[in-house]
Amino acid sequence: MSPALEIIGLEKTYANGLQALKGIDLRVENGDFFALLGPNGAGKSTTIGVICSLVNKSAGTVRVKGVDIDENFPAAKRHLGVVPQEFNFNVFEIVEDILIHQAGYYGIPLKTALQRIDLYLEKLGLADKRHTRARMLSGGMKRRLMIARALIHEPSVLILDEPTAGVDIEMRRSMYEFLREINAAGTTIILTTHYLEEAESLCRNIAIINHGKIVTNTSIKNLLRELHREIFILDSREPLPQDLAVDGFTVSRKDDYCIEAQIEQGQDLAELMARLHNKGVSIISMRNRENRLEQMFVSLLEQAS
Amino acid sequence: MTPYEQWVALLTLMRKEIRRYTRIWSQTLLPSAITMSLYFLIFGNLIGSRIGEMGGVSYMEFVVPGLIMMAIVTNSYANVVSSFFGSKFNNSIEELLVSPTPNHIILLGFVTGGVSRGMLVAVIVTVVASLFVDLHIHSYGVVIAVVAMTSILFSLCGLINAVFANTFDDINIVPTFVLTPLTYLGGVFYSLELLPDFWASVSQANPLVYVVNAFRYGMLGVSDVSVGFAFAMIGAFTLVAYWYAAYLIRTGRRLRT
Repeated sequence: MSPALEIIGLEKTYANGLQALKGIDLRVENGDFFALLGPNGAGKSTTIGVICSLVNKSAGTVRVKGVDIDENFPAAKRHLGVVPQEFNFNVFEIVEDILIHQAGYYGIPLKTALQRIDLYLEKLGLADKRHTRARMLSGGMKRRLMIARALIHEPSVLILDEPTAGVDIEMRRSMYEFLREINAAGTTIILTTHYLEEAESLCRNIAIINHGKIVTNTSIKNLLRELHREIFILDSREPLPQDLAVDGFTVSRKDDYCIEAQIEQGQDLAELMARLHNKGVSIISMRNRENRLEQMFVSLLEQAS
Repeated sequence: MTPYEQWVALLTLMRKEIRRYTRIWSQTLLPSAITMSLYFLIFGNLIGSRIGEMGGVSYMEFVVPGLIMMAIVTNSYANVVSSFFGSKFNNSIEELLVSPTPNHIILLGFVTGGVSRGMLVAVIVTVVASLFVDLHIHSYGVVIAVVAMTSILFSLCGLINAVFANTFDDINIVPTFVLTPLTYLGGVFYSLELLPDFWASVSQANPLVYVVNAFRYGMLGVSDVSVGFAFAMIGAFTLVAYWYAAYLIRTGRRLRT
């Protein structure tokens, strides 16, 4: 079976000479929840632009569900739903019209379009905004409108370019839930985001792109396994003793109730807990100082530079 | 896309375009009615009564076809240039570009919007004209064919302008500095017979001359140029404009990076 997305040797050089993509290879399997990460200007949006025909590629091959975009772009486009980074709808139109128009451009008759509009506006919490002009929507609502629009033709591959930028936490969580739901139903999702905890919590596989090249392409589990060191923040029930030294571990006192502990690959966190307990320190909660994926992301980008 | 799906896409675009200009009718339909009423009143009635006959008919009758055609030209052009550039400006053109809608349907959809507005304004202006003069149609076939071909031609020109425009100022340059002068010099208010030979020959290069005269023939049965030649010229201009507009959409020039 053809993969959801296959990119071979993709290159893009803009008219001003900027080489945004320098031979990208990427493969996203059907049903995957895939993260495409990279710093600003790395080439993420250019890659997405090529896939959905808004950017003309300079070289390379792109296949969507086995359909080569050079051979039959309209057929490839039918498989794709795209949620771009910037709002790209007419803000003077009402929500329903924006969705009816998009459905129409895919050849979906009005009756079917209206049924799907009911469904997706309900799922995305926009049912009461159906007859509201798009300019009256909040930033988060506009993002959800773009998701509804991208899904109106029920694509098998959904590409989201920073879909949660500017969306509040509660709404972000409900969007995650919705995305997990449609992924579980079989839709392949490709996500770019700057929130690395978002990628870690949602995605199974990941590619990191920098300066137009893929730096790494693996599963998130494998990537995190390569992490050599993690830093934890531990909270104590009682005030901490002055002497906090623990043999074999690097620990430091942040304040009277808080410890920062560095765990190297191969070290046992339970062992640290036991030793602290022996010193009369009772830990009531712990957390990573920083997102693990973020640590790895920064480390990989530093290596690539 | 199957033919049925293409039909749905075309209907969608047509619906969108028609709703756009009817929603803001006071900016799109009303101004032509007011402007043309003033033209009829001042040029046709007040000044025209002192001019007498032109081309074998009263001056008022003479200017009516040209003024109707002027309204069709400006409105079909303005509709497509503003709609297409607006879509480019707010990036909603991407909704179409990422979809499987074929390029010829995109082109046809926008052109249909321009043609429908041109024709609607033509009806309004004709009704206004009928308040000033008894209108007779010499040939319905010629009238309908000229109106259709002209509105298609200038809708396509509007789309080409919109593709190249970078700002809202750019969409006014062609109507102000090209279209309006060509219209005034295209024989709306005078017969080419009044011009010295040299300027009459120069006028032959003006596409508006063929549009205005072919339409005048359809209404009054008089024309400064051969009607067959006028149709051939309008057809040729339309084919060239279609080819170029289709080329721009296909290559994505100024639309895709």
